[in-house]
Amino acid sequence: MKGDTVIKVENVSKAYQIGQIGTGTVSRDVERFIRTRILGQEDPFLKIGETNDRSIKGESDIVWSLRDINFEIAQGEAVGIIGRNGAGKSTLLKLLSRVTAPTTGSIKVKGRIASLLEVGTGFHPELTGRENIYLNGAILGMRKKEITRKLDEIIDFSGVERYIDTPVKRYSSGMYVRLAFAVAAHLESEILIVDEVLAVGDAEFQKKCLGKMGDISKGQGRTVLFVSHNMAAVKSFCNHGIVLENGLVKINSEADKAVAFYLGSGNAETNNSRQYQNVGVRGIFDLEEIALRNTGKDVDDPLAEDYPIEITTRIRFNTSEAHRYNITYHLFNDIGEALFSFHDGDNPISMQEGENRIKCVIPKDFFQSGNFSLAIYVVENRRKSIFSQRDIISFTVVDGERRMGIFMGREPGYIKPKFEWSKA
Amino acid sequence: MDSRAKDENWDLVIKGHSSLFDLKFRDVWRYRDLLRMFVKRDFISFYKQTVLGPLWFFLQPMFTTIVYTFVFGSVAGISTDGLPKPLFYLCGITAWQYFSECLTKTSTVFRDNASIFGKVYFPRLIMPLSIVVSNLVRFGVQLLLLLCCMVYFYLKGYDFGFTSAILLFPILVVMMALLGLGTGLIITALTTKYRDLTFLVGFGVQLLMYGTTVVYPLHTVQQKHPDFAWIVELNPMTGIIEAYRYAFLGSGAFDYASLFYSAVVTLVLLLAGVLIFNKTERNFVDTI
Repeated sequence: MKGDTVIKVENVSKAYQIGQIGTGTVSRDVERFIRTRILGQEDPFLKIGETNDRSIKGESDIVWSLRDINFEIAQGEAVGIIGRNGAGKSTLLKLLSRVTAPTTGSIKVKGRIASLLEVGTGFHPELTGRENIYLNGAILGMRKKEITRKLDEIIDFSGVERYIDTPVKRYSSGMYVRLAFAVAAHLESEILIVDEVLAVGDAEFQKKCLGKMGDISKGQGRTVLFVSHNMAAVKSFCNHGIVLENGLVKINSEADKAVAFYLGSGNAETNNSRQYQNVGVRGIFDLEEIALRNTGKDVDDPLAEDYPIEITTRIRFNTSEAHRYNITYHLFNDIGEALFSFHDGDNPISMQEGENRIKCVIPKDFFQSGNFSLAIYVVENRRKSIFSQRDIISFTVVDGERRMGIFMGREPGYIKPKFEWSKA
Repeated sequence: MDSRAKDENWDLVIKGHSSLFDLKFRDVWRYRDLLRMFVKRDFISFYKQTVLGPLWFFLQPMFTTIVYTFVFGSVAGISTDGLPKPLFYLCGITAWQYFSECLTKTSTVFRDNASIFGKVYFPRLIMPLSIVVSNLVRFGVQLLLLLCCMVYFYLKGYDFGFTSAILLFPILVVMMALLGLGTGLIITALTTKYRDLTFLVGFGVQLLMYGTTVVYPLHTVQQKHPDFAWIVELNPMTGIIEAYRYAFLGSGAFDYASLFYSAVVTLVLLLAGVLIFNKTERNFVDTI
């Protein structure tokens, strides 16, 4: 059952000024003030219509991090907000949590909002755990009475009871996060906004947090907005998903659909190659193309599991030191979990200045059918990553031909290597 | 649509532009516990892991007084109105310290707290208010030092004492606090965009002290440099400090007119400060 609308976002846009802020701002501010306030003209420095695409150079110094966003969230919904880096997720959260104001449009809210853009905001290292519970709780909007009432529960949840009267500067980072999350989890707000805080802490504590958040949204009927790159987490406790891309709402639907859309958005048509412009590090390299194909087939053909799969990387090095760099790929499954990483470690390839074509062959019968994506890393001296981008290309591996009469469904897991079997 | 009827039920509307006079004092009141926590934090973190602890509150005005007594009193031979030199300086120093601490700390509030302000919302005004209150604690401790000094010199037979103006003491403290707060708010709001002002505050406050009657009595200036006395009189802190010294030590040019002038300037600066601060807090995260 759907409750009332508790958040209504109407035509919200947010502009940021990029580049240098400083010189010339006084004269510009004066010009802006005269034009907008006295002459009643439109603000000359806000040109609507430029997309926020990092890789393309824009004309003005203003970028629109969000443009004309509209959506509503009903009470009790758990909404996942999904998008690549720079899609506007953080900006949206900042607006919702009133850290900064929208440039245009309005957001209407029913009930108290508590936002967790970071755990442990305002923790003071010199204060004890107990004092920091009060301080952090107050920063998050709790009254002192409220905190006192819940103090035992918070300490219990955090699991750092023994150190509660020790200054938090002596805490391990894990304990610090536990305590911080414990405070946040006991906020009594009708709406909770969470930004990837679950990426911290050990597995056991992460499970506890997810469980707590599940309780909050399902058990207590509170509304949760959740931003994460972990699609498994989004799928498991959000019932609704909003995908942002370049500051626009791309899809607003059930969580499963939204996740599928987000993961599939890299290759809407079956084309297993992608060309890139302005992807790279200036003065070192430009990534030009990544293509996947079955050996002997074309990039337009579907990738079959029962053929070897070749990954061809076209990369241009603009430095004579090209030999110092190499490429590493990370493979992710369709819910964004990392499966493994691979590189040319045992058989190093020496890069040259100019264009390089690198081929990596994955043997046949390796992948299980499904959707995958790659993240690319460019590593210097095999030590330091100088560039990385997730979802640089995504692809679908389809079932190969199978003999009639055997199991036709999809086996569990993501890979299915063939091993040697015999009678021992 | 029935959207108009529904609109009235929203608890909060976040918009790009709001009225200049929407000061959110109700919000500030709701977060009063936070103010208390910040004061406590400032106090505890000040002396944790120091050997002398809160004693540091005493040392600073003590050494300043000693230096002033030597430099301005003995070397330069500036009149102290017949009062014992240390007492004259200490009295001015405690008041001036409070004002200048309020001013300088408030003037960097956006920059110092950018990381907290960028992550969570609470009425931003809480932060400068907590600074003013924290410094009040410090001021109170320093006042004890002043009282001790007064007892010491009284026993040595010097002639001075409280006057009825001491009844104005609470008002004087509030005026110093608000004057520092208002000026600081204006500066911090402007420094989010124009960093230049930060440099100005550093030595500006120092110089301003010499434009206030901290190290000399007002009538000395009026006698010796009648042409420039108006600069000192124009300074809103002068009226406050003169009244303050008159209240405690019974000397100084205390009159209601200059105190009234100080009050008006304080209120104007405070109003301007709060308005500019509120306007800036909405978006400063984007520019700082």
